[in-house]
Amino acid sequence: MEIYWLLGIPLAGGLYLALWGNRTHAPEINAAFSLATLIAAGTLTARIVDEGPMLAGGDGWFFIDAFNVFLVALTAFVAFTTALFSRPYMRIEQDHGRLSAARLRLYHASYQIFIGTMLLALTTNNMGILWVAMEGATLATVLLVSLYRTPAALEAAWKYFILCGVGIALALFGTILLYFAAEKVLGAGGGALLWTHLNGVKAQLEPVVLQLAFVFLLVGYGTKVGLVPLHNWLPDAHAEGPTPISAVLSGLLLNVALYAVMRSKVLVDGALGVHSLAGNLMMGFGLLSVVVAALLIKRQTDVKRMFAYSSIEHMGLITFAFGMGGPVASFAALLHMTLHSLTKSAIFFAVGHATQKAGTQVMDDIRGLIKTNPTIGWGLMLGTVAILGVPPFGVFASEFLIITNAMHQHPWATPFLLAALGVAFASMFGKVQPMVFGETGLPRLPHQPALAPVFIHLALVLMLGLFIPAYLADWYRQAASLLGG
Amino acid sequence: MSLTYHLQVVNLLAAVLLLIAFAMLSQRRIVGLITLFAWQGTALAASTIIVAWSTAQHHLYYSAALTLALKVVVMPWYFFRLVRKLDVDRDVEPMINIPTTMLIGIALVIFAFNLALPIAQMAGTVTRSTLGIALASVLLAFLMMITRSKAIPQVIGFLAMENGLFFAATSATYGMPLVVELGVALDVLVAVFVLGIFFFHIRETFDSMDLKHMERLREK
Repeated sequence: MEIYWLLGIPLAGGLYLALWGNRTHAPEINAAFSLATLIAAGTLTARIVDEGPMLAGGDGWFFIDAFNVFLVALTAFVAFTTALFSRPYMRIEQDHGRLSAARLRLYHASYQIFIGTMLLALTTNNMGILWVAMEGATLATVLLVSLYRTPAALEAAWKYFILCGVGIALALFGTILLYFAAEKVLGAGGGALLWTHLNGVKAQLEPVVLQLAFVFLLVGYGTKVGLVPLHNWLPDAHAEGPTPISAVLSGLLLNVALYAVMRSKVLVDGALGVHSLAGNLMMGFGLLSVVVAALLIKRQTDVKRMFAYSSIEHMGLITFAFGMGGPVASFAALLHMTLHSLTKSAIFFAVGHATQKAGTQVMDDIRGLIKTNPTIGWGLMLGTVAILGVPPFGVFASEFLIITNAMHQHPWATPFLLAALGVAFASMFGKVQPMVFGETGLPRLPHQPALAPVFIHLALVLMLGLFIPAYLADWYRQAASLLGG
Repeated sequence: MSLTYHLQVVNLLAAVLLLIAFAMLSQRRIVGLITLFAWQGTALAASTIIVAWSTAQHHLYYSAALTLALKVVVMPWYFFRLVRKLDVDRDVEPMINIPTTMLIGIALVIFAFNLALPIAQMAGTVTRSTLGIALASVLLAFLMMITRSKAIPQVIGFLAMENGLFFAATSATYGMPLVVELGVALDVLVAVFVLGIFFFHIRETFDSMDLKHMERLREK
């Protein structure tokens, strides 16, 4: 039952806001719908924790286990805090004249639909519907990326649509191949694409076909994860779209796309044996993404672009860890997924306020945030320090686990990882430090920004760094064991 | 009528599909492209109906009806309307000249047939021999997307890719499960309408539908 609420609320919210979203309270209504979704996700999570995995709806249209319920909870939580952040932020954008009421209506409706499609992608049991929902999530955000209608925003949205569209078309071919292999074992019909059915017979699936299917699925969904060299759309979409959208793209959409890859990987591993092509491919793409993104961070001048490259770096690291496999690496990857979502969205909230006040996204023109507004300054500084993996923040713990595990399993990869993390640290810290502590002639700003979401996220990240509650650790362990290895 | 006779018709339609894909590559006018796209949809729907009839796969009738409704009627009509409203029907100069594109296209067809060979051998369907053609039309549509700089031809390329994928699904497995096909069709329809809105934004901002103006965002 909870599952219908979970999917129904955002879709109803999208419809409601599209039809009656012109009123002055639309931002509050948006936040209220997100809160309702979060409550539904919370009850669903509580039920899964109590009763274990479950199938729901018809012949098992939805499947929820420890792996996806943790992403459902994370998605609903970040969607809610982002709605809270977007409430004052988008109002100020409207006051500055960058947006009209009609565009704000489009923004709110698309925001809810976007969250709804991501939750559908996470909970569906059907690999075909997973594809449909991923494409739906892209379509819901194309007009959001181009919301400001500047030439750069339109170009970013076009690139986003075309690259992700081609990527997702390849994933469709992968899905067709998967169905092709499944149909021989399970017979034709809707049941042959249900993940639970496929998982039951994965050892009998034709390895050659599955191998080929995985290549297409990885390249297809990997485009959305932002893996190098398929990452071209990502920095543009993050830099040119409104900041709340950058936060949810980076914090949530990339995770959901990686989730799709992981569901496919479990099947392929079953058909080919554990240390297979799937893991190696993911390690290769992951490592390349970490290294290239770290080198590109140094050359950025736009603050949102820089953090977009940092997202590519972290998604690469997570992909690498999932590719290594094994209980510890999968555990670390899941933990890192959570921490990256929380930290990166917090950073985008702080960056959003900073760029809004400064009126520019160019880092050289943003100086002395600590003097003009200490809350924003500290939020940005702490967020940056957290994402760079400085202890005691949680990112340190997950990165440490990933790197030590890499030393055991694949020693050759560790120098690349360490060097890339070092380069990223030096260049990012060097750019953010003057933004926060530099000299400025601007006066102190009169009003306080609402940055509660930033500090809530960072507090959670800090807590996960100092100690992980036993039930949470247990939960990650369960999810990691589902991923095999 | 015997099965082999049906198969010959399907093979003929597959060949038509491939020919249309090449014709699209060489077509310079947007209106011509839209017409070709509608014909490709028709060929796809016809071959789906014949496969459905000769193998008694009833869900394929729905899939054919969807193709006919969306890709032959709704989308071409919508594109014609867009072209008229945006007033963009002029010659399109592709970024690579047409003979070169055709040669690359031939190489892609050979590659597609090689790629499809091992899968087609495993397939249990009577239509497996057309899988290579399906893949080839996907790749040719992709090539068209790359070599055009205007927005509408790129989108038609994207939709032609979708056509090729549907054909691949039909020839390898007699189509995807119905619910998935419905979902995919819904996505494609939404995509076309979203892009329709988007075209007007591009037009308003750039005063042109040429994507060559979009070269601001790149790494320095």
